[in-house]
Amino acid sequence: MSVLAQDIADDRDDDIVAPTARWRRAARWLRRNPVSAAAIVVISLLVFVAVFAPVLEPYKPDVPDPMAVLKPPSWAHPLGTDGFGRDVLSRIIDATTLDLSIALAATLVALSIGMVVGALSGYRGGWVDLIVLRLVDVLMAFPAFVLAMGITAALGNSIANVAIALSMTQLPAYIRLVRGEMLRVRTLEYAEAAVSIGNPSWRVALVHLLPNCLPPLTVQATLAMGYAVLTMASLSFIGLGIAPPQSEWGSMTADGATYMSTGEWWLFVFPGVAIVMTVLAFNLVGDALRDLLDPRLRGTR
Amino acid sequence: MSALLEVEDLSVEFATDDGVVSAVDGVTLSARAGEILGIVGESGSGKSVLISAILRLVRPPGRIVSGRLRFEGNDLLALPEAELEAIRGARIALVPQTPRTSLNPLMTVGRQVERLLRLHRGMDKRAAREAAIAMLERVRIPDPKRRAGQYAHELSGGMCQRVMIAMALATEPRLLLADEPTTGLDVSIGARILELLRQLGEESGAAIILVTHDLGVVAQTCHRVAVMHAGQLSELAEVDELFERPLHPYTRALVRSIPRIDQQIALKPIAGTVPSLVNVRPGCRYVRRCPDALAACRRQRPPLIVAGNGHRVACHAVGQSNVVR
Repeated sequence: MSVLAQDIADDRDDDIVAPTARWRRAARWLRRNPVSAAAIVVISLLVFVAVFAPVLEPYKPDVPDPMAVLKPPSWAHPLGTDGFGRDVLSRIIDATTLDLSIALAATLVALSIGMVVGALSGYRGGWVDLIVLRLVDVLMAFPAFVLAMGITAALGNSIANVAIALSMTQLPAYIRLVRGEMLRVRTLEYAEAAVSIGNPSWRVALVHLLPNCLPPLTVQATLAMGYAVLTMASLSFIGLGIAPPQSEWGSMTADGATYMSTGEWWLFVFPGVAIVMTVLAFNLVGDALRDLLDPRLRGTR
Repeated sequence: MSALLEVEDLSVEFATDDGVVSAVDGVTLSARAGEILGIVGESGSGKSVLISAILRLVRPPGRIVSGRLRFEGNDLLALPEAELEAIRGARIALVPQTPRTSLNPLMTVGRQVERLLRLHRGMDKRAAREAAIAMLERVRIPDPKRRAGQYAHELSGGMCQRVMIAMALATEPRLLLADEPTTGLDVSIGARILELLRQLGEESGAAIILVTHDLGVVAQTCHRVAVMHAGQLSELAEVDELFERPLHPYTRALVRSIPRIDQQIALKPIAGTVPSLVNVRPGCRYVRRCPDALAACRRQRPPLIVAGNGHRVACHAVGQSNVVR
């Protein structure tokens, strides 16, 4: 059995990256990309605020205080109060939970449906692919915002319907992306090997090939989170989104806009800043992910 | 020994823009339990297509146009896809040409063996895991527990091929298709892989079809040999018989082209190349390269004739002369 000894000698590959080295590499990357690091911090903060909103709010977001109507920012009300005497900071904090969770839910739903449909469509090809592609074309023919408007206008503007509208605007991009990736990976040898050992085709597509299609999807989904927040705010702004008593960044901006000429600037600036920061943070993280996943851009700058 | 797999008059065609490519043309052969059948031929002789046809995995635009495939009494060409899925990987297993890229890059090799066992054996997770490690040990992978937790890119080519063999044999298939299993490996590791295949084949009593273009490999490992040229079967014989008494002009040329270390003779390369298989004319496909070509060779395809015990050859010239006893 000298054969065995030789085989052991063949296989000296201990170049597996240790976990500590991986963390060190991540830390170095963050130091080199302070903007991305800041964006990650902003998103972490937003998530923290969203989760602990009830604890963090200094006042009840929906309880009017007749003694403090339209107060400018002060120590008692850091971001001022609105026309009903409700604390703007508390309302922005309260809205964070809603805005982020709806955007997240919409993205996750669109992602799951898009992955499965795109994977099967790309793997199977033929008439399945043809029909899926035509449906995607129909969805894509509408500008995203018009599509979202149409859906909420038709279904009514409940929270669930807004989420449905948002995920419908995201869906075609995921389907196209996964389908394209699938066309690439299905010709890889391990795909054929998976078929040759008796896997049914759906399992080859979803279990063996789909994971290989995910990297570009993470980029798309991160960018989509930002767009989802923006679209939801825009829907509320024009009155087709979340209904009024509930605090929401877009509807707060819309309410505040009516005070624009009378000078109560804090009513529309602060919710607007919340929207811009969130969208910007998700876009920056999405771009950073794209750079990280593109080997040609890796290590540049 | 009875035949485990019978391939009868099998033809595979590819519809291309330039015309119909006849990749496999009327091949008839059989594999018996416990034997290693070698299939040799130059590149483009249809060996690999024949292998994928046996698993009915010819991809479009390729198509099995005629013939019969009998395996354990089933007509593989008539089975519904679902029943075929139960045969692939369980009763007929494939050892691929390129082991590393044939493994899922995002799954540890151990899990891939496990999944196979769970798919075909219905084992639970724990049993599958133990069986997978036992299997890796059986193909002589040192430290199988650690190796099972690694990914394909962390293993050498030889190790990956051992994993593929472990997967192929895990379900105790009756037929093992090895499509040039040593191409991507260096010579010494290739030799060990072949030895392993031979041993495991003997232990399990499975039939092995070994595709190769290396006659040395054939001489060392196979019991019987099928020689293919341009999609057609030229000759089929026991391995000793083939090397001692090659009848087909192509086989003779192949045997002459083996370098020999003990004799100072110039190698004789085979004249010409494998002919284009697009819109082929009838007749023997070796005719343009053949020194013994007759007029009949251009007109009519030579039938497979019996030329001794278990020795078959498809050549008009052999039939005419008195080579046949």
